Order: sequence, then structure tokens, then C-alpha cells
Amino acid sequence: MRYIRPLSIEDAVGELAKAVGPAAILAGGSDLLVRMKGGFIEPELIVDIKRIGGLADITETADGFRIGAAVPCAVLGENKALRQAWPGVVEAANLIGSKQVQGRCTITGNLCNASPAADSVPALVAAGAKAVVAGPSGKRTIAVESVPTGPGRTSLAKGEIVEAILLDKRPEHAGDAYLRFIPRTEMDIAVVSAGVNLTLDDKGAIKTARVALGAAAPTVLLVEEAGQVLVGSKLDEATLERLAKICSGACRPIDDKRGTIEFRRKVAGVLARRVAAIAYKRAGGK
Amino acid sequence: MAGVAVSTTINGDAVEYLCQPDETLLEVLRDRLGLTGAKEGCGTGDCGACSVIVDGRLVCSCLVLGAEAEGREVETIEGMAHGDQLHPLQQKFLEHAALQCGICTPGFLIAAKDLLAKNPSPTEEEIRFGLAGNLCRCTGYDKIVRAVQDAANVMKGA
Repeated sequence: MRYIRPLSIEDAVGELAKAVGPAAILAGGSDLLVRMKGGFIEPELIVDIKRIGGLADITETADGFRIGAAVPCAVLGENKALRQAWPGVVEAANLIGSKQVQGRCTITGNLCNASPAADSVPALVAAGAKAVVAGPSGKRTIAVESVPTGPGRTSLAKGEIVEAILLDKRPEHAGDAYLRFIPRTEMDIAVVSAGVNLTLDDKGAIKTARVALGAAAPTVLLVEEAGQVLVGSKLDEATLERLAKICSGACRPIDDKRGTIEFRRKVAGVLARRVAAIAYKRAGGK
Repeated sequence: MAGVAVSTTINGDAVEYLCQPDETLLEVLRDRLGLTGAKEGCGTGDCGACSVIVDGRLVCSCLVLGAEAEGREVETIEGMAHGDQLHPLQQKFLEHAALQCGICTPGFLIAAKDLLAKNPSPTEEEIRFGLAGNLCRCTGYDKIVRAVQDAANVMKGA
């Protein structure tokens, strides 16, 4: 096995593209090292991306935020501007693991590990976040929901690296939120989860809405119909009831030790309602 | 295999070592450098017994490669006391009997040190959440929480 620490994204992409055996990208390592330890992956090449310029930084641009692929989730929580603009994304990222894991894990890693139960991903999908992908044929920017294609699988080609996650600048009257159901109070994996992102008009009616569900299907689900039903409303009871019904209906969950299909369907609807209410309040709605 | 040459700082001392690319920082500390304070509990980042601080961040050393420590500053339990002078957290862990078998203790002390560095006056809830990444199967946690509270008061007074 070889461990390398390239200083440029081009070098990292080049090494990954020409790798003959299994190769792995190392940022926080909180998934990779566990999988290596368990014998699920035996990489011949490990590309540590933490010293690549810009990858360890959060930068505010004219368009919003650029979160480098090697930024630990703890740093997201310490960034006041990001917390104010995207509280739902930050609260989701800060639910992953312990303080020890927070010091290492990244939202890009959470996305590319492609677990349906990844905490930060429903919040990122609801937020309309984009992933900047660097590869042998240059760079492209894609919606985060197009990265995972199934449990542990992504749409990334050989040699491609997600180098950053982009979040838009926030307009007035905007809010997002994330909740998950777990049987404990912390340090657990979502049984089912929901992220909601709203913008309101001057009168407090919902102008745009995105709703995403986690651990409810093979990938995190963007439930477009759920977003549409919220538009124009002020989250009255009838709208919340329809939102819950749509979300429960959109689930394609599995039965496992964490929860049954029936339970996940029911709770997806309950969480969507609660998260929508939090996002609405954060957006300044009454 | 030749291994990876690493220059790093551990508890303020410059240290150089050779390690294999898949060797964890925990393995390097324990097996190459003789720093056996950090313990291997689970080896998968769940129990916190191997907690160390790298560049001011609390991490599980079982989830860090030894090669990643290049140019970093690592703090381990071995650097916590000054000679015979125990750190207030160590002293309070003894006074409150906040340990029994002791395997989790170095991890708890390092995690508690990091917690108090970032939040010198934590509430009980903040202590419990802050230390949720450290598992103890002996004490039931209550004595650990009391020890951290007492140490926080001593350290504020100091």
C-alpha cells in the first residue's frame, strides 16, 4: 500500500486516475479507516487530500459558501456566518458521531460514503447544495443528490474527487432545518430523517420549498411533490397533513434492526411536519 | 517495505518515526513510541479510549493514520501531568473515584481537557454530551461528571 499527500487537486486526480488497484481518498477517515479495519476495503493507494490548497477552508463568495472537502464538521459548527445562513445544514453535520469524530469527519465524505442514513445529506439536498467535482477531464458542478446512486455507490468516475460543496447565498426570509429519529439521545444512526429548506415572501407565505428524506430509500430522497405542496401556504394544519402524507408515501424503506417499513413511513411524515415548522420559524414565519 | 518517514511533535517534543502506510496513529504511539496511555478499545472510533488531541482537535487516534501526523502537534495523556504534579482533572478523577478498571480513563481525561479548553464552565448536560464519545462500563458516568465539574471549578479559580 502507498500513502500520498498531494499538494494540488491535479496531482490527486492524476494519481487516482492512473491507479491500478483499489484506491481511496482520505479526508477525515472516519468511514475509510473503519472499512479498512473491517477488511471491507484494502486500498493499494491512499490519497490524503487535506494538504491540497483550499480544501481545508470554508470561504464566503459572492454566490454563497464554498466548503472544502477536507473541512471537519466541527469547523462548520464554529463558523458563525454559515451557522446563521444554513442552520439546518450545520445542525445535521454536527449530529454525526462524537466530538472525536466531529474533529475529523467531513460533509463531502458523508456524501461520498453514500449511506442512505447519512445525516448531512438530506439537509444538503434540501438546501440545493452543489458538489464541485474535479476529474481527469476537468471540473464540473453537480447537484449533491446526483452523487450517491445506492448504498455505498456513487456516480463519480475513476479519478474524480468532490473538492468542495457549494451553498447559495441566503435571501431574506429563508430557513432550513434537519431532524432525525434515533432511539438514543446522541451517537446513533438515523432510523429515518428529514431536511426542509424554505424561503418566504414578504407576507410570510412560502415561496420556495425543498424537502428531503434520509434512511427512507436506497439513496437520500428529494421529495419534489412535498416541496410543491408547501408553496403558497403558511403551514396551516391541512398543508402539514398533506406534507406528512406525501412524505410517508414517497418512502421506499427497508425493514431492519433499526426500524420496520411501517415505522419508517409513519415517522418520515411526522418528522417532515416538525422540520417544516422549525424551518418556517427560522425563516421568520409566524 | 521502507515505510513512511514522519516528523511530528508529541507533547511538545520533536519526534521522528517510520511507519507503514496503513498503520494507525494509535499503533504508532503504543507499539513504536512506547506511549501506551492511549488504549485500543474498539478500534473503530466508537469508544474514545484512544482519544488524543491533534492540532487542537480531539480525535480518536485509531481513526488517524500515523502518516497523517506529519508536521502536526499531538497531545497525549502522557503530556497531561507536569512531572509529579497532576493536572486538576487527574487529581479530581482520583478524589471522586471516577475510575475503576482504568481502561477508559486516559481517553476521558483527554476528552475532558479538550471540553474545558473550549468551554471552561460547562453545564452537566454539556459535560454529558461532550463526553458522549467516551464509553465507560464501570462507573456509570456519574462520578466522572462530578470530577469534571469539580476540576472545572478548580481550574477557573487557578
